[in-house]
Amino acid sequence: MSAEHDALLESLLAGEHRALARVISKIENRAPGYRDLVSELYAHTGNASVIGITGSPGAGKSTLVDKLAETYRERGETVGIIAIDPSSPFTGGAVLGDRIRMASTVGDMDVFVRSMSARGTLGGLSTATADAVKAMDAFGKDKIIIETVGAGQNEIDIVRTADTVAVLVPPGSGDSVQTLKAGILEIADVFVVNKADRSGADRTVQELLEMIDLGEGSGFASAGAGHHGAGAIADDDDIDTDKTESAWRPPVVETVATKGEGVGSLIDELGGHRQYLEDSGTLADRTRMRYAEEIRTLLREDVHTLLQGELERAGGVDALAEAVRRGETDPYTIADDALDPIETCLEELEFEHLEAASNSR
Amino acid sequence: MSQQQGQSIRCLVAKVGLDGHDRGAHVIARAFRDAGFEVIYSGLHKAPEEIVQAAVQEDVDVLGISILSGAHKTLVPKIMDGLEEYDAKDDTLVLVGGVIPDEDKAVLKDEGVAAVFGPGTSIEETIEFVRENAPDR
Repeated sequence: MSAEHDALLESLLAGEHRALARVISKIENRAPGYRDLVSELYAHTGNASVIGITGSPGAGKSTLVDKLAETYRERGETVGIIAIDPSSPFTGGAVLGDRIRMASTVGDMDVFVRSMSARGTLGGLSTATADAVKAMDAFGKDKIIIETVGAGQNEIDIVRTADTVAVLVPPGSGDSVQTLKAGILEIADVFVVNKADRSGADRTVQELLEMIDLGEGSGFASAGAGHHGAGAIADDDDIDTDKTESAWRPPVVETVATKGEGVGSLIDELGGHRQYLEDSGTLADRTRMRYAEEIRTLLREDVHTLLQGELERAGGVDALAEAVRRGETDPYTIADDALDPIETCLEELEFEHLEAASNSR
Repeated sequence: MSQQQGQSIRCLVAKVGLDGHDRGAHVIARAFRDAGFEVIYSGLHKAPEEIVQAAVQEDVDVLGISILSGAHKTLVPKIMDGLEEYDAKDDTLVLVGGVIPDEDKAVLKDEGVAAVFGPGTSIEETIEFVRENAPDR
C-alpha cells in the first residue's frame, strides 16, 4: 500500500472525520490503489450494526433516519449514515438532497452523513456502498444506516449490505395485491408504516399483518421463497439458512417521523432483530451470505473490466453493434467468440490457493 | 481494476444565514447536475458550522456559497476558518455567488474564496470555472 494510503488508514483508525470522508471518496472514485485500502479495512470491522432503510419516494425515509440518528446519539452511540440517490443516466450528474432533512443532528460530527449516487452500473453502487460501510465500521461507528429509495433490484442489492432491513410503507399504498408482489417487501425484517397519523394507516398495517401471516402459514418461507430475501440469493448450501430465518416474524411499527412518534419502538424492534440474529446464529449465516455476494460482485465487475479492455483493443463495442445492425452477425455469436479463449484458459486454471483459503477455516 | 467509473466533481451548494430566497441556488444546483456534477444542496438557513460539517463529510471538491443577505463578510470567514480547522481549506474550491459589492470581493478573496460571481454571471461561465479549477486530488 502506498505511503499516502497508509497515512490515510492511520488517520481513519484514529478517528479523523476528514480521513473517513477521503477514504469514502477513494472508494467512490475507484482511485488507484483503493482496493488495497479496503482490504486493510476488513481487519478492523465487525463491530457496527448495519441497518438498511428503504421505501418508495416520499415515504419519509430521510426524516425517520434523522430521528433514528438523534435517538441513537441520545443513547450515547455514534452513527454513520449513507444516503443513496439516483444519478442521471445521461450526464451522470445528481442532486443529493437527503441531507436537507437531517437537521436534528447538525453540528454533531459523531453523526457522519455521506451522500452517494450511482456512478456506474453492474453492481458498482452496491460494491461501493458495502466498502463505504466497511470504512465507517472500521472508523468505529456503532450504528450504520443505509438509506435508499426502493425502486428496483439495484436497491435490493444495496440494502442486503445491512444486517437488518426496515421497509417503509406509506399509508394507502395500494390494495393487498400490491403487497403480494415480489421485491422490496420480501427483504423486510421490520415493516414501518410511517405517517401513521394519516387516514388509511390502520388498513395498511392490517394488510401488512395479513401478508406476514400468509407468508408464515403457507410454508413459503421455509421453501426458500420467504420474505427475508435470503432465498433469492441463496445457493443450494444456504437452504438451511431459510429454515432458521423463518423463525423471525417481521413486526409492523407505526411511526410519525416528523414528530418523532414511534421512533423508540422502532429502535427496540431493530435491536430485537439484531438480538435474534445473534442468538439464532443467523448473523453468521447472513454475514457469510453477504461476503459471498461481495465476492461474486467483485468477480463480475473485474471480469467485465478485463473484457471491456479487450473489447476496446479490438475496436470497441460500437463497431460490433453496427455489424449486428447490418445483419452480419448477432450478439450471441459475438459473446461466444469473445468468451471462447477465456473458457479455454479457465479449464487450465487451478484454484489451488483459493481452496487452501476455504479449507483453513 | 474496475476504475472505469472514475471521478465525478462533487459540489456542495450552500445557503448560509438568514436570507430566505433560494431560487438562484436551485438553478445552480440543477445546472451543475446537468453538467454531470454530483450536487449536494444544503437547504435554507444554515449556520456556517453546518456548512463546514457537510463539506467535510461529503468531501466535496467545490463549495458554492449563495448569499444575498449582505452578511457575507461575517459568514464567509467563519466557513473558511471551519474548513481550515478540518484541514480542508486548501483543497476545496470555494465560490461565492450573490449580491456582493465590489469593494468586498477583495476581502473574500483574501479569505481564500477562489471567485465571486455577481448578478448577471452566466451559468456556463460558472461551470467552466469549476471544470478548470476543481482541485485535482
